[in-house]
Amino acid sequence: MSRSVLLSTAVLVAVVIIAPLLGSSHIELGRAFAGVSPDHEIFFYARLPRVILALLGGAALSVTGVLFQCMLRDPLAEPYTLGVSSGASVGAVIAICLGWRATGVASLAGAALVLLMVLGMAVDGRRLSSFTLLLTGVTMNSMAFAVILFLHNLASFSQSFAISRWLMGGLEAVEYSTLAWLAVVVIGVSTLVMAYAPHWNLLAVGDDWAASRGVSTVRLTTMGYIAGSVLTGLVTSLTGPIGFVGLIVPHALRLKLGADHRALLPCAFLLGGAFLVVCDTLSRTVIAPTEIPVGVLTALCGGPFFLWLLKSRRRSLWL
Amino acid sequence: MSFVARQLDYPYGLHDASFEFPQNGLITIAGPNGAGKSTLLGILAGLRSPYSGSCMFDGEEIRHWSKREFARRVAFLPQNVRMEFPFTVEEVVLMGRTPYASGWFQTAEDRSAAEEAMTTTDTLSFRGRDFRTLSGGEAQRVILASALTQRPEVLLLDEPATHLDLRHQLSLYRLLGELSKSRLVVAVTHDLNLALQFSDRVMVLEDGRIAGDGTPANVLNPALIARVFGVQATVHGGLNGTWMTYEV
Repeated sequence: MSRSVLLSTAVLVAVVIIAPLLGSSHIELGRAFAGVSPDHEIFFYARLPRVILALLGGAALSVTGVLFQCMLRDPLAEPYTLGVSSGASVGAVIAICLGWRATGVASLAGAALVLLMVLGMAVDGRRLSSFTLLLTGVTMNSMAFAVILFLHNLASFSQSFAISRWLMGGLEAVEYSTLAWLAVVVIGVSTLVMAYAPHWNLLAVGDDWAASRGVSTVRLTTMGYIAGSVLTGLVTSLTGPIGFVGLIVPHALRLKLGADHRALLPCAFLLGGAFLVVCDTLSRTVIAPTEIPVGVLTALCGGPFFLWLLKSRRRSLWL
Repeated sequence: MSFVARQLDYPYGLHDASFEFPQNGLITIAGPNGAGKSTLLGILAGLRSPYSGSCMFDGEEIRHWSKREFARRVAFLPQNVRMEFPFTVEEVVLMGRTPYASGWFQTAEDRSAAEEAMTTTDTLSFRGRDFRTLSGGEAQRVILASALTQRPEVLLLDEPATHLDLRHQLSLYRLLGELSKSRLVVAVTHDLNLALQFSDRVMVLEDGRIAGDGTPANVLNPALIARVFGVQATVHGGLNGTWMTYEV
């Protein structure tokens, strides 16, 4: 367990050091640290903040994926497939249209609202079948998209540009002060979630299973959904909707590490971060100087992966 | 006494049930579908909380027990566990130690309790396997091992033998009989012959009410079976014990 966490940390550190050096213009680490222009500016103001944003975003989305999968007992659940990312998008678009500064709060509210509606589908307290879950997610995505299209239609030219740029799920360099509070929230919430790792293990088996072994299931699930909304909402407000990170990373990790959340959660945090940094670096460099929005890239990789996952467990989908 | 219930009621499940359970022995709960067997077991396990009337464990109302304290004394085995994620057998067994856990990591005592439980249930040889690859009989034994690591005074089992073949049904009930010498074992079952053969006491439920409660020979008589289950039962006796055959 500790070996896999160490290894994941090493991968993340390597990725974070290498990623800012790659890009459309060549720079050197030594010159950047020596304060030589333009290497210094490119490294510290253009690329590093973006890498840190990708790291925190990927970590948050991937931890949220693990949480949703655990609580819904379904490996297909993640913020994007459940429509929670879309809910966050609606919140952010409303904020952009009304000129609010607090896009983060609006996104969080949107994410929480959608999550409540998805959970409302399980009124009798039983688990949702994958089928119901995915259809609910699809419906949520369509509804959210309809609202966004409508708002887009009403928006002014500059707002419209801001909305469509943001909706593509792109990472841009943000200020260090923004990154600092994002880091505090993402690391804080993720640590809290990880502290309950042994209890998540029991919840992943079943509600009664956990409750009859002394776990306060209602408190734990409530905490999990709040944590998931906060992580998805805040990250989405800064990056736009980025799909499938919370699906690909946890799934790959379970194949390698098994299901124990004490290893799964820390590794999902570290390698989810590394994964999005790599995706973002690719999106900057593959057809440089043009950028592919990272959300487009993850959807292009994640979509086929999701279909494969769906096909491989189609039988149990109907249970 | 371990459990004492007085005028116990649960919406759409149980009406006016009063009983006392001793501290050891094997008690089976039988009855037609929807008679309230699982509801009763759920209440005893502390999982169906807003009941009315009284249901006490060790002199204290079940809903007032702290979940953690309760789980150290009463273990519940669900009817089946549909595992979605690749937990190993040993990980599933160790989950039973949760009510004793004080932190993130397992202690040596946790591991020895798990070892002991896996020995009792004969599951030690596949401790590293993915739970989802087990047969029904193996899975049932692993779930039992997980409950035993709670070191409980009471084992509550919801239809433990339903998915098992004959041989595994008998060996499971033989094991439950062994375990019931030093603790109370309460099992819901559809198989009246298993109840007749292995239990010290049978409780029959009908539409949420207790229709019969006592020794198997007294309770499981043709008149009661005809009334509750709607089948004609014939009781056969021989050198090897009693058994029943039925016809509609």
